[in-house]
Amino acid sequence: MSATMKPRRPWGRKAVNLAVAAGAVLAAASGIAVLFWIMITVLLRGWAALNLDFFTNMPTPPGVPGGGLFNAIGGTLILTLLATAAAVPLGLLSGIFLAEFGQDSRVADHSRFAANVLMGMPSIIVGVFAYAVLVVTLGNFSGYAGAFALFIIMLPVISRTTEDMLRLVPNTLREAALALGFPRWRVTLSIVFRAAKSGLLTGILLAVARVSGETAPLLFTALNSPFQHFLTWNLGLDQPYPNLTVTIFNYAMSPYPDWQTKAWGASLLITVGILVLTLLGRWLIREPKV
Amino acid sequence: MELRLKPRVYPETTATARESVAPAAKAKPYRGDLYFKWLSAVAALVLPLIMVAIGLELLYYSFPALRKFGLHFFVSEEWNPVTQQFGALSSIYGTLVSTALAMLLAVPFSLAIALFLVELAPPRISRIVGTLVELLAAIPSIIYGMWGMFVFAPLMAQYVQPFLHTYLGWLPGLGLLFQGPPMGLGMLTAGLILGFMVLPFTCAITRDVFQMVPPVVKESAYGLGATTWEVTTKVTIPYGLVGIIGAFFLGLGRALGETMAVTFVIGNSHKISLGLFYPGNSIASSLANEFAEATELLYVSSLICLGLVLFVMTYVVQVISQMMLKRMYRAWSVGL
Repeated sequence: MSATMKPRRPWGRKAVNLAVAAGAVLAAASGIAVLFWIMITVLLRGWAALNLDFFTNMPTPPGVPGGGLFNAIGGTLILTLLATAAAVPLGLLSGIFLAEFGQDSRVADHSRFAANVLMGMPSIIVGVFAYAVLVVTLGNFSGYAGAFALFIIMLPVISRTTEDMLRLVPNTLREAALALGFPRWRVTLSIVFRAAKSGLLTGILLAVARVSGETAPLLFTALNSPFQHFLTWNLGLDQPYPNLTVTIFNYAMSPYPDWQTKAWGASLLITVGILVLTLLGRWLIREPKV
Repeated sequence: MELRLKPRVYPETTATARESVAPAAKAKPYRGDLYFKWLSAVAALVLPLIMVAIGLELLYYSFPALRKFGLHFFVSEEWNPVTQQFGALSSIYGTLVSTALAMLLAVPFSLAIALFLVELAPPRISRIVGTLVELLAAIPSIIYGMWGMFVFAPLMAQYVQPFLHTYLGWLPGLGLLFQGPPMGLGMLTAGLILGFMVLPFTCAITRDVFQMVPPVVKESAYGLGATTWEVTTKVTIPYGLVGIIGAFFLGLGRALGETMAVTFVIGNSHKISLGLFYPGNSIASSLANEFAEATELLYVSSLICLGLVLFVMTYVVQVISQMMLKRMYRAWSVGL
């Protein structure tokens, strides 16, 4: 060892750095490649299944050509709409409490904690809960139970995003409105809501996107049905309800090629729907380009 | 991502704002405000009520199974609807093993992708790829499951499993993992598909945590001559460690209860096998497969008891991840 200090050569460190960078790029590329592979499979196989019959006809037994998934498409739309109609007002209200009234109260803390837990709760557990609450008491699988399960999955998402979005509204707006003599509820509904409009809509869209692809909570609540009763007074909700996701599950697990093709078609439909909702939501809260 | 805690700056200012209008408010009390406040408070209470109700309902309905089998339920492997003998061990084992495999895949990959997105990629590519990852996190799990069954499982059966068996199967100890019929469906495939599924989710949160490290801290390390790798291991990761662990726990909770991605490919057998090629089952896949067909009270009750186990598992994982993320936000006192 020499007494003079020699600057350490950075080669070793640079080599490590280069290796790690190459590794990270490679990992990123392969991870993203796999995810794309999935998307492209859905797109290609699904596209082959789509035609007009797919949207307008009722399902046929395996082997009989010309069947479609009209009932399942309609059923999914109705279930999602019902869940949304119930979850949006309740979620907005609870978000209002968290952001405007409760803030640091114990009720708000409990509510936030429960919302986070429920958001991480496996959706199949929510399905079991809906089964215990509605299927057991009503005596059969029904659209009500399915919509109820979806409602429970949506509620915490809407509540938390509402709170986040309302908190982004500058306080001066509230103060200005209060100074003009507005009551608190008018301030919230007319001023704060208007300022947070696009954010709230995004939260709702993302929640809808999230439930419209859910299968597990419908498996033993709405079940599935090859029929449709949309034209009765209660939309046929008291019976097992047709829906796309459980149809995908049943058809994909079946040994019939034409059913499997339809499952891919339904997958493409669901995927496109969710991507459109998600992109729309992101577009609404895009950062303004200066 | 899903977890956003804002710095709480509003309460104080709001309070002063209300005090400033207090005289008017005293003269004419806004009754509407009181109703509105209570209405919203009741709405906020719905969430904790639902959470408690889920726990209680599951407990209530799993009572018959617990009374019949007692604690033996949790350590018995037998699952036979014909003889009405039920035990949860194989499902719990399958849930844990498939989740462990998934995290083994998702953790290094999401760290690598987050590193790529935050430190290495040019901003434009980073933005595009980041958006794609977030979009992929929105794809429903049944799509992953279907792809796993129709596309991935045949490849596993034809190439991956024979390869692993030939080259790793002879190893003492470790080789035992790579045994079993190479038919594509089984624990290994389920774990991998589950990993693909949680990857976009954990990756997006890890990236957010990486991005939250203040640039000044990183820049000072760069200024001292550190390489990107050194900045990452010595600055970024220690700085965001709590948040990264929280992110992975969120992903873990998701993987534990994931149903559709697993049900398609796990093979559905209530037998515990050490070999990863053997079919197995998880709590969620058992529920998905058997619940709608179960008619006897004891059968339903046993299934719901499985659900209760899953509920408790995910609850604990959630609480841990909340604690971690909350601690990170508090320590940094910044919002995400």
